[in-house]
Amino acid sequence: MAEPTVTGAYAALVRSRVAAQASYRSSFAIDVAAQVLLAVVEFAEVYVVFHQVHSLGGFSFAEVTLMFALATTAFGLADGAVGHVDQLPHYVRTGQLDVFLLRPLSALGQLVSSDFALRRLGRVATSLVILVLALVAVDVDWSPERAALLLVTPLAGAVIFSSVFVAASAVAFWLVEGTEFANALTYGGSYLSSFPFTVFGSAIRRFFTFAVPAAFVAYLPALALLGRPDPLGMPGWLSWAGPVAACLSVAVSAVTWRTGLRRYVGAGS
Amino acid sequence: MIVEASDLRRDFVVRRKAGRLRRTRDVVAAVDGISFSIGAGECVGYIGANGAGKSTTIKMLTGILVPTSGTVRVCGLDPVRQRTSLARRIGVVFGQRSQLWWDLPLRESFRLLAAIHRLPALQWRDRLDECVALLETGPFLETPVRQLSLGQRMRGEVTAALLHSPELLVLDEPTIGLDLLSKERLRAFLARERRERGTTILLTTHDLPDIERLCDRILVVDHGRMAFDGTLPGLIERVGAERVLIIDLMEPEPALFDVPGTTLLQVEAGGLRQHLAFRPEQTTAAEVVAAVSARVALRDLAVTEPDIEDVVRRLYQP
Amino acid sequence: MPLIAVRPAAVLAGSGFRRWSAYRQAAIAGIFVNTVFGVIKLSILLGVADSAGGRVGGYDEVGLSTYAWMSQALIAVVVLFSWTELADRVRTGDIAVDLARPVDLQLAWLAADIGRAAWALLSRGVVPILFGAAAFGFRVPRDPTAWLLLPVAVTLAVAVSFACRFLVNLSAFWIIEVRGPVTFYVLVSGLLGGHLIPVQLFPEWMQVLAYATPFPSMVQSPIDLVTGQAAGSEALLLVTVQLGWAVLLLGLGRLVLRRATRRLVVQGG
Repeated sequence: MAEPTVTGAYAALVRSRVAAQASYRSSFAIDVAAQVLLAVVEFAEVYVVFHQVHSLGGFSFAEVTLMFALATTAFGLADGAVGHVDQLPHYVRTGQLDVFLLRPLSALGQLVSSDFALRRLGRVATSLVILVLALVAVDVDWSPERAALLLVTPLAGAVIFSSVFVAASAVAFWLVEGTEFANALTYGGSYLSSFPFTVFGSAIRRFFTFAVPAAFVAYLPALALLGRPDPLGMPGWLSWAGPVAACLSVAVSAVTWRTGLRRYVGAGS
Repeated sequence: MIVEASDLRRDFVVRRKAGRLRRTRDVVAAVDGISFSIGAGECVGYIGANGAGKSTTIKMLTGILVPTSGTVRVCGLDPVRQRTSLARRIGVVFGQRSQLWWDLPLRESFRLLAAIHRLPALQWRDRLDECVALLETGPFLETPVRQLSLGQRMRGEVTAALLHSPELLVLDEPTIGLDLLSKERLRAFLARERRERGTTILLTTHDLPDIERLCDRILVVDHGRMAFDGTLPGLIERVGAERVLIIDLMEPEPALFDVPGTTLLQVEAGGLRQHLAFRPEQTTAAEVVAAVSARVALRDLAVTEPDIEDVVRRLYQP
Repeated sequence: MPLIAVRPAAVLAGSGFRRWSAYRQAAIAGIFVNTVFGVIKLSILLGVADSAGGRVGGYDEVGLSTYAWMSQALIAVVVLFSWTELADRVRTGDIAVDLARPVDLQLAWLAADIGRAAWALLSRGVVPILFGAAAFGFRVPRDPTAWLLLPVAVTLAVAVSFACRFLVNLSAFWIIEVRGPVTFYVLVSGLLGGHLIPVQLFPEWMQVLAYATPFPSMVQSPIDLVTGQAAGSEALLLVTVQLGWAVLLLGLGRLVLRRATRRLVVQGG
């Protein structure tokens, strides 16, 4: 038998989480249904808006729906994979973080793999259906590059949101009761990235493009898919820069987490 | 040496309200210059009042807290910098927090821990079988952890900490809240673990029998400083703790206040039961009994040992 | 409510207030998040008004701002997020302790909830409104009846919300995991109550659907008093409808509680 690996350790952790959820089959079904409803209710906002007007910030119903679907798919994936990291204060209070630190695996790795919200797939699946409908409705001049962009975008977006989740949760190392701050960046970023950036003021736009790269999740790639220039004058190549933004987010969130953890063990501050 | 700590210190900043808006910042030393070392195969009891600095020390030894100053090496490693390497070589049991998965069967928790420690199946299965047999955890291996009693869970915790055959086992209040039988079973297991495998054990406890049964050395910490380092009899001798002879007599007798080497503590039931304190370094129980039975007719007797709280308290108030 | 129950109720409300006021850091974080979401929500609504030529659903720009900041201020007051405190006590069996107390369980919890709401209004409600008023404009009602009715309407909104949450939480007597039902409730009440987007902007069929539920009584009704969407006799009607829902749902809650208790007694939990 081969020597067990780190990957094997994480695989075992995630498998056990999935098995634990599946053992409560009926409540799991209700949870999945609730996640489907979540996507539907969020989409209802877009639907109601376009019941009143034919364009929002210069974009049609189908175009905004495309942005919405890209954003909620990415957020659903991120939320399912790492969304529970915002429970960090709970892990600190109960001493569970200390237990993680006493094991020969990364504390963040254990925190992330300590829950795996399979129910969020309900939301992701609904978002994907909306995405397909939006793609049928909008006029995309398909090319291999655009097809690749469409495939990469939800994944890059999921990585961006996951990084935001981790970095924002690490705030709890400084402000124990302040986890809600994190929600402004995570859930706020998801809410905002479902709509065209043209409706927002310049301060918010800049913040959610350069500080929290939410613009790279849906708005910018959607522009490239639609073959439209940015009405706000951002350079066109930014629309293709999602993976770069994702890598940068990972780096920033890793540094934030490490700094926070160092503070927790008393090496920082 | 398994553990080497020298001049270990840990400060905490305490912010306090002082008046309506002002807050003061006080630096409090939870551990204030502690030095000790523990050799391979020793079993050391680490005792002290709540807030004396026990948990802070243990956190520094296990790598989850950085010392403010001083050095600490455990298994030759720097606990914080080499935390994951250290985690493979030590086992830790916190009485108050669990390393098991509350919603999974006990056996599944062990399987996950084995994966986390990357133990080859052949190695940990044998170890698990051994622990299961000795701690009698077999009947509830398939039970979800949340349904276990405290005693059952604690046996699971100890097994979990030993699965990777650590060189050092750290136990923080392992017997707190357990019934007598569970305590005794756990002590017997730990004594055997040390004897058979040479595992070094460091445990904090409030329970004197834990120390008597397991430890050949005691460290007493008080207000962040090392107050005593030696054996239990040595500690008792140092503080001059008294043993108490309780005698039940056939007939009510006048108070026995002049038995040599003793102090009369208490007379009950009109003289039927009397409590005589004596210091073990000055006389023996046998001598006292002989002196007493020469004067009165004894029906029954008992000797009580000083309890740990009492001994430690005496150490602080000479 | 018999006179003798008034004092315990007041004490319970006071303790609810104090218990929540202990979480100051959390309150600051909550205010920050409410404000960020308020800006995003208002930006989208102003984008809609812009496309529609300045007015939408009877709101002008200041009206939309008033709506957005009132709806953000009400989140914590009427609890538009998941609340499982009662369900948790049912699950752990602690509910037996509450049932054994010599006060009416439902009224005791309602009193504590009103205390909590009072704290939420002062801590989390006022700041978003002040911020929104300063940054985007806010219209205070000119109609004196609105001022008179507003405290009544907000209290009734809390009562209706409590009655709904009470009912949803009681489901814990019959099912193991209430997360699914609670999520359903939060999503549907948020959307149909007019928290995401004003009910006046809904298509006809959705408005009919919304007003068939108690949810607008929790959010939209107090807001309508402030924005002036409902004035004079209309305002009086709104409050009467709120009162109707409160009485109906609290009554229903008592009925369900009685059945649940009987179940508890018969089956021993």
